[in-house]
Amino acid sequence: MNHAQRTQSEISKEQQDYLDSQKMGEIKVRLIQILIFVAFLCLWQFCSSKEIINPFIFSSPERIFICFCQMVVDKSLFRHVGLTLMETFISFFLVFSISIGFSVLLWWNQTFAHILEPYLVILNSLPKSALAPLLLVWFGATIKMILITAVSVVIFGSILNIYTGFQETDPDKIMLIRTLRGSKWHCLKLVVIPSSVPILFGVMKANIGLCLVGVIIAEFMGAKAGLGYLIIYSSQVFKLDWLLMSVILLCLMAMGLYAILGKLEKVLVR
Amino acid sequence: MEKALSLSHVTYTYHTCQGETRAVDDITFDVEKGEFIAVVGPSGCGKSTLLHLIANLLSPSKGNIFIEGRPVSLVSENIGYMLQKDHLLEHRTILQNITLGLEIQKKVTQKNLERIQEMMEQYGLYDFRNVYPRQLSGGMRQRAALIRTLALSPELLLLDEPFSALDYQTRLRVSDDIGTIIKTKKITAILVTHDLSEAISMADRVIVLSSRPGKIKKILPIHFETEPASPEAARNAPEFKDYFNQIWKEIKNESCTKNSK
Repeated sequence: MNHAQRTQSEISKEQQDYLDSQKMGEIKVRLIQILIFVAFLCLWQFCSSKEIINPFIFSSPERIFICFCQMVVDKSLFRHVGLTLMETFISFFLVFSISIGFSVLLWWNQTFAHILEPYLVILNSLPKSALAPLLLVWFGATIKMILITAVSVVIFGSILNIYTGFQETDPDKIMLIRTLRGSKWHCLKLVVIPSSVPILFGVMKANIGLCLVGVIIAEFMGAKAGLGYLIIYSSQVFKLDWLLMSVILLCLMAMGLYAILGKLEKVLVR
Repeated sequence: MEKALSLSHVTYTYHTCQGETRAVDDITFDVEKGEFIAVVGPSGCGKSTLLHLIANLLSPSKGNIFIEGRPVSLVSENIGYMLQKDHLLEHRTILQNITLGLEIQKKVTQKNLERIQEMMEQYGLYDFRNVYPRQLSGGMRQRAALIRTLALSPELLLLDEPFSALDYQTRLRVSDDIGTIIKTKKITAILVTHDLSEAISMADRVIVLSSRPGKIKKILPIHFETEPASPEAARNAPEFKDYFNQIWKEIKNESCTKNSK
């Protein structure tokens, strides 16, 4: 920080040139990224309108945009997007609190951790979508089922990663707390959790995307609204404009959620 | 008068699946109030284990440890412990690091805070109270760690090679500072080190341990003709060299007999 302040107050010409060239490099990369995207859209639109590809099956940017506007006008889009977002948020917070609580429990009691480890590893390596049909039978086509499916997709990996993070705490730091006559609770509060903050954010970033995956899987199977429902429904009635629009919205949603966590991390981690 | 610390026939054995290792064996010595003891010995002779035992972080396999006549497991007053590295927590400011022990023991009082402020001013850390540890030099960090330990007003201070992570010049200066602080505050202290000069310049008595399992080989009182003002002055006293050679011979013999076995 000191260093940064110094360079800000007295910038030499060489330093300024260096900063400019760095900036130019960044702009170039960003420009090319945007260019690729625009070129792709144009190519898609061109092929579709010249019927090089079948516009009914492959749709086109224009058709997707029209479809989007229609759904904004009749307000059905907000219902679907809102529902999927809400389900993702709720399952994310459930996963976050359960996995932190559980990791603390495992850290607190090593024997308990040893006993549960193989179960966690097996449940984590199981493709969780395999459980979804079972959950549908158990809980019916309800929001509860969707949340449980999403949580089950994410929770085991999340617990394992956070617990591993807890275990990597510098043992000397724990020794320090003990020499200050601190309890196990002090070790957790003062050393283990603060030193795991970067890992927690890494896990959270992975979790939010996986929660979205879980919600979509569940919506495929039993839902009356949501982007997952929209995708399945539109594929069945061959409304591929809808389907592709939903996929694009999912892309944007995933990006947005990730960006929110990235911002939060920047604010909280100095 | 009760001894500040007394160890009688203390033995400690580590157990692992690979077998057992006796770290210290039949250690007996007393420490007077306000005395500064240095423990030296070949590496791996159980020096740190000895401090862990005194701090009640480990319980002896055999033998007893008393602090002012009471078994160490029942003692509630403070034993200060300085580790090899400063272990300042990076997510806390210097002041928050220094008050860590007070916070844990729920002793954050106005009086203690004033005492801390005074110490920080005295050791040149007051201007840095709100910065994070990564912005401080090694010597300053170690001083912050010392204030963190002294903040709890310990009656017994255990120093586990507290200067070994510092570069040589910083080490001389910080050990001089800390030695003087401990002497003026009349704190009973036990310093574990592998640096013989450090031991002789700071201690009233030097205990030489044998290699593993650590037994007391010799207890050597350090006495200078004219009481030196500081550890640095002690290094220049005429007797310093003799003490050094005497201890060095003990340790050298130890490693030779070990090697010839």
